[in-house]
Amino acid sequence: MTSVLTPLPVLLPLLGAAGALLVGRHPRTQRTLSILVLTAVLAVSVALLLLADENGAEAVSVGGWPVPLGIVLVVDRLSALMLVVASTVALGVLVFAVGQGSADGDEETPLSIFHPTFLVLIAGVSNAFLAGDLFNLYVGFEILLTASYVLLTLGGSAPRIRAGITYIVVSLLSSLLFLAAIALVYASTGTVNMAQLAVRLAELPEGTQLLLQSMLLIAFCIKAAVFPLSAWLPDSYPTAPAPVTAVFAGLLTKVGVYAVIRTQTLLFPSGALDDVLMWAALATMVIGILGAVAQTDIRRILSFTLVSHIGYMVFGIALGTTAGMAGAVFYVAHHIAIQTTLFLVAGLVERQGGSTSVDRLGGLARSAPLLALLFFVPAMNLAGIPPLSGFIGKLGLLEAGVDEGSWPAMVLVGGGVLTSLLTLVAISRVWTRAFWRPAAAEPAADTARAAASDAGPDTTPDTTPDTTPEPAPEPVGVAAANGAASPAPSAGRGRRTRAAARERAWARHTAVATATTPSEDGFGDGSRGRRPGPEQPLPGVMLGATMAMVAVTAALTVVAGPLYGYTDRAAADLWDRTPYLESVLGERNAP
Amino acid sequence: MTPTVVLPVVIGGLYAAGVYLLLDRSLTRVLLGFVLLGNATNLLLLSSGGVAGLAPILGVAEPEEMSDPLPQALVLTAIVITFGISAFLLAMIYRSWRLVRQEVVGIDEEDRRVAAREAMDADDLDPDDLDPDDRPAAHADSLHPGRTDTEHVDAALRRRHPGIASDDVDLPPTQRSRS
Repeated sequence: MTSVLTPLPVLLPLLGAAGALLVGRHPRTQRTLSILVLTAVLAVSVALLLLADENGAEAVSVGGWPVPLGIVLVVDRLSALMLVVASTVALGVLVFAVGQGSADGDEETPLSIFHPTFLVLIAGVSNAFLAGDLFNLYVGFEILLTASYVLLTLGGSAPRIRAGITYIVVSLLSSLLFLAAIALVYASTGTVNMAQLAVRLAELPEGTQLLLQSMLLIAFCIKAAVFPLSAWLPDSYPTAPAPVTAVFAGLLTKVGVYAVIRTQTLLFPSGALDDVLMWAALATMVIGILGAVAQTDIRRILSFTLVSHIGYMVFGIALGTTAGMAGAVFYVAHHIAIQTTLFLVAGLVERQGGSTSVDRLGGLARSAPLLALLFFVPAMNLAGIPPLSGFIGKLGLLEAGVDEGSWPAMVLVGGGVLTSLLTLVAISRVWTRAFWRPAAAEPAADTARAAASDAGPDTTPDTTPDTTPEPAPEPVGVAAANGAASPAPSAGRGRRTRAAARERAWARHTAVATATTPSEDGFGDGSRGRRPGPEQPLPGVMLGATMAMVAVTAALTVVAGPLYGYTDRAAADLWDRTPYLESVLGERNAP
Repeated sequence: MTPTVVLPVVIGGLYAAGVYLLLDRSLTRVLLGFVLLGNATNLLLLSSGGVAGLAPILGVAEPEEMSDPLPQALVLTAIVITFGISAFLLAMIYRSWRLVRQEVVGIDEEDRRVAAREAMDADDLDPDDLDPDDRPAAHADSLHPGRTDTEHVDAALRRRHPGIASDDVDLPPTQRSRS
């Protein structure tokens, strides 16, 4: 049973992608196909979860090759849980994207590339979760990264290309590091099969082990956005279309976390770098959340909280105890769902209010009470307000930290509480400004001038009433920059000139930052110019998908007891290692 | 069969050159750096199979004389991936050039705005903000050499108000169209 089901989460989306590409001219068929495929993946994942919980880990040799030679796919409790959460989230986001597509009126000129690429992304994610050898893990990473490059730069507008280049170069660097680490691992052990590695790596000299472990960890920490290696994330995520950002935020960093878990438990269980990871976790939590507090754009706030909360998972992993690992796995599941939901809600907020900057939004609680509710529940969940699942996850991690009892763990516990409070600060700023305060007199819009007006001191527009022509927000800032810059030489002197020059500079800055070309694809926020006004109701499908995701996050709270029991068993398996090794190598060969 | 010293030296050289190029702002150099790094990694992967031997085909060579086939298979996969991504990067660079007439790593404008919102502290010094004469040699070609009227004004402003960070009053010249 398992041997039939295991390859399906990789195969189905790949075949579905091929099919979706073939029917690219029939958007309706394409949508139905992708939704069907993802539903099937979700069903298979749930079946795998039940089987894995009942029978323990199972390995499948693809193509029937004998084990250390061929490619092995392994399902244990951890990977089955990750598969279920990932496919749930992917399905929710896909439905949201379909809703957004039909609401923006792209029935005529559909963006036929989105669905195939999205399915390939899911195939890569599943492959990474199932991979039983290091090189297959690398291939899984490459599949999902290549798909993510395409999704991040959909439409090819200037801000997306700018963000995409940063993202691609950083991802490439981490992939090359990973590949080099694989080469060194193979040179020193003669295998890339993870179960065999678990046995052979322990026989290596300590220095070699440390080198290999740190190379793998650095590569995975770049992908997971752990602090010193996290600067790429808030730069690149916020520019993408809402569904894309949502699925990236939910899944991609967590694949990195998953790889870190495998490295720390299966390959190098000695805990040599636990202290380093511990301090990295603290820095990730605190610095990430301080970044979130400083931001004014909802998507950027969420990106920074994403970085910050990765720290919780790394903390749980670095504790090196079963309780810590159980907390980390639970937190991963919770965080995938919650972060995706919040980014979807941010997409709805942008449609409703015309902006994602909290300085320009207002009165949403009155004008869209349902949206306010949809934001409020996951936001409180993210901040860890009892009794929601975020509170349970954080409580589990903090308890595990206190149980461990060493002084770095206690510092981390303090850092975790502080981060939780600061998350509440960042989130409640969004709530009070965008939702609670009265609406502004004029409708908000992301124009360059509006953005400039909430820039810095000395830049209020009223100091220069008529010298600056309104910069057109339309073509990628170049024209805006031109128009704003031309009257500069003739402007007056002294303070007035300085303020005027500053304001023009900000207008140009923000024109580049906020303006996007009206997109030909009709997809995502490339369509800033022709977004429906605040009076129009939000499209039902998008609202429904978001409501379903909010329901999923709430359901995580309801099933938190059984789920925590499951993650406990998963963590015990991870530290025990025997189930994994026996499933791959057979009971005789396992040590 | 003795191990060769050539491969490690070549790998080291490629890594050094690749990292140097990757640190540049010009995207073409970044791409070249990535290609060099990818080749260095592929060679490393290839050399991880041990010393070279005969082709690993049964009947052609004895098993103990064969070279290890697995790294070769891995390298093939890695080469394909590197190739595909290089092509994609090239397309991105071309798109960037079409859109904003620049092919350097961009600046996160929103980040700068947020950084300047509370206190007007200077951002990291950006080569694009410097006078063309002061720029590192590698950047001379990726930027526009001509000084326009606005640049004179900006320079004058900078002299008059030395305390203000350059990016408050001055955009990187690359964002300005040449018109």
